[in-house]
Amino acid sequence: MTDLHTELKASIIEQLNLEDMEVSDIENDEPLFGDGLGLDSIDALELIVLLEKDYGIKLTDPKKGREIFESINKMADFIEANRTK
Amino acid sequence: MKNLYLHEDCIISPLGCTTSENLEHLRSGTTGLQKFNKSEFLDTPICAGVVNSEVLAEAFSAIGDPKAFTKLEQMMLLAVHQILIKNPDLNRMETGLIVSTTKGNVHLLEDLCVFKKERLLLSNLGEIIKDFFGFGLKPIVVSNACISGGLALAVAKKMINAGKFNKAVVVGGDMLSKFIVTGFNSFQALSETACKPFSKDRNGINLGEAAAAMLVSDTPKKDSVTISLAGDASANDANHISGPSRTGEGLFKSIQNSLKEAGISSEAIKAVATHGTATLYNDEMEAIAITRSDLGATPLHSVKAYYGHTLGASALIESILCKHMMLNNEIYPSLHFNKLGVSKEINVVTAYQNSINLDYVLKTASGFGGCNLAMVFKKEGQNG
Amino acid sequence: MAVIWRWFLKKKDKMANLSIDHWVRIKDGKIIADGEVIFASEADIASFLKAAFKFLNIKYPKFHKMDRLSKLGFIASETVMKEEAEISEDTALVFSNNSSSLASDQNYQESIKNFPSPSLFVYTLPNIVLGEISIRFGLKSENVFFIEDEFNAKLLIDYSAQLIESAKANKVLCAWLNLHNVEYDVFLWLSSESHKKEITEEQIRKIYDADYD
Repeated sequence: MTDLHTELKASIIEQLNLEDMEVSDIENDEPLFGDGLGLDSIDALELIVLLEKDYGIKLTDPKKGREIFESINKMADFIEANRTK
Repeated sequence: MKNLYLHEDCIISPLGCTTSENLEHLRSGTTGLQKFNKSEFLDTPICAGVVNSEVLAEAFSAIGDPKAFTKLEQMMLLAVHQILIKNPDLNRMETGLIVSTTKGNVHLLEDLCVFKKERLLLSNLGEIIKDFFGFGLKPIVVSNACISGGLALAVAKKMINAGKFNKAVVVGGDMLSKFIVTGFNSFQALSETACKPFSKDRNGINLGEAAAAMLVSDTPKKDSVTISLAGDASANDANHISGPSRTGEGLFKSIQNSLKEAGISSEAIKAVATHGTATLYNDEMEAIAITRSDLGATPLHSVKAYYGHTLGASALIESILCKHMMLNNEIYPSLHFNKLGVSKEINVVTAYQNSINLDYVLKTASGFGGCNLAMVFKKEGQNG
Repeated sequence: MAVIWRWFLKKKDKMANLSIDHWVRIKDGKIIADGEVIFASEADIASFLKAAFKFLNIKYPKFHKMDRLSKLGFIASETVMKEEAEISEDTALVFSNNSSSLASDQNYQESIKNFPSPSLFVYTLPNIVLGEISIRFGLKSENVFFIEDEFNAKLLIDYSAQLIESAKANKVLCAWLNLHNVEYDVFLWLSSESHKKEITEEQIRKIYDADYD
């Protein structure tokens, strides 16, 4: 687990109001949507904002969001490859 | 339940400052939408229905000082003014006033300008309209997302049946602002080009601003055809606060209940005026609810490609259009449709039609918060 | 004679008579249910909402995503609805306030300065709380949200009576759900048709105006 993974988990907990959740509660490969963390479509939109705000990545095709936000691992990989901040 | 009869109306929009101007454009399939590469609302391109502020101010200066009223207030006041001009004998002390808006003067959050912060309150908007014209009764303000304009008619019907008044002026409006446009943009809901309701290549909504007003009462016109609100129902999806139910649950239930109240089956419906915002999900959901209600073959349209989505004004404007379609035996075409892009077979009207007798028309609307509304309009007083 | 007169009056008014089945009042850090103070904590809204939710003792993680208006509406409706053995999906929601969604509007407006937030924008309509309550209790019912300058019991009673009279609802959850900056003022009640314990506007107003210690 890198700093980015931890950082992402902490951001998600804060941005998405996941009360009573700790960084240690989120697994790196756990599905964020559907069964895992149970995030919904508004959360997905908020994650798109997070990508731009914290990492300078503007998602040109929002439909790609579901792929990128599949898990913390997938998110971290995408960010490493595309971050401008 | 007494029916609610629809009388004089006025639409203030990019398509004109009178209903007849609006109808001319609808008949000829002329859109009121414009493309903006950069606007006061967003740095990126949008397509929207914007009312020309200068033209509006000029029209408004005939009845009041445009500097003393916001753009939204000018539109709404002008709409009501036209109703009152046509009804000089209306007893304003006993006529109800029902106001529909989703965000009112929310643009003032950015900059109050000359206005006090009370102007942000929607009840204040109601008072402004009331005081401007000297209405006697406390206004009823309805703010229930994008079904508000139609819900205001349903509220009028209920209050008339409760004996509060027997006539009412229903007025609805919303204006564009950075607040609203950036909000929908954060939802990735906007299309940069003119919207394409029900079409395969649809990719989002256009926003718009407009106002409309209509006089309603418990009495039909004498010796003349009158359109009435014969049935209405709303039902929440109980599914998600911003996305519609994938099975069209709430809208289906609303349609069924409105038909029940009107005392008819779906076979009697001759046309459907949909919400048709051109998002992937709304149009799909609406098509499902419509076909579940056995209305798949019934001619339908969406007018969002003429006006954009005018939020608190939309369902009221679209109800007014239902009324005129029924009075004139016509259906205004749905613009920008090329190939069906929903999973159910529906009958999208793409060319102007006339000489069709529309004795019952269904209007549907949906909004954030999972709300849905269906209204059945009936033609009464026909000969034969 | 009295029976005929009562029948005549009913026919004349043609309005359903409504009862209050249960009610809740939320203000100054207190939750008062059917006349009894069932919960009291610090009045400041942030602490109050957190503590009140804990008091409800239910598992509903979505609560924490809601804006304050929705949280207040959720807590109020939870308090009343838990008294119901069976919840009908046709329990209509007839709500009102003066502030609309102003507190959330201000939060969203702030976010526009840098990055407009979709999770803030979604709460910038007063009727979103109706959606949250509908989801919680599976209500597929009539909704309306009125904006008034102050609590107007008559409007809510008249509208509810019409819904019940026209068989559009069998129960109605009415509310004054106001949040002005950080000041909250909530009154919510569940109504159904009744020929026995009919409630009047004056009685409703009395419950609203009363102080509860």
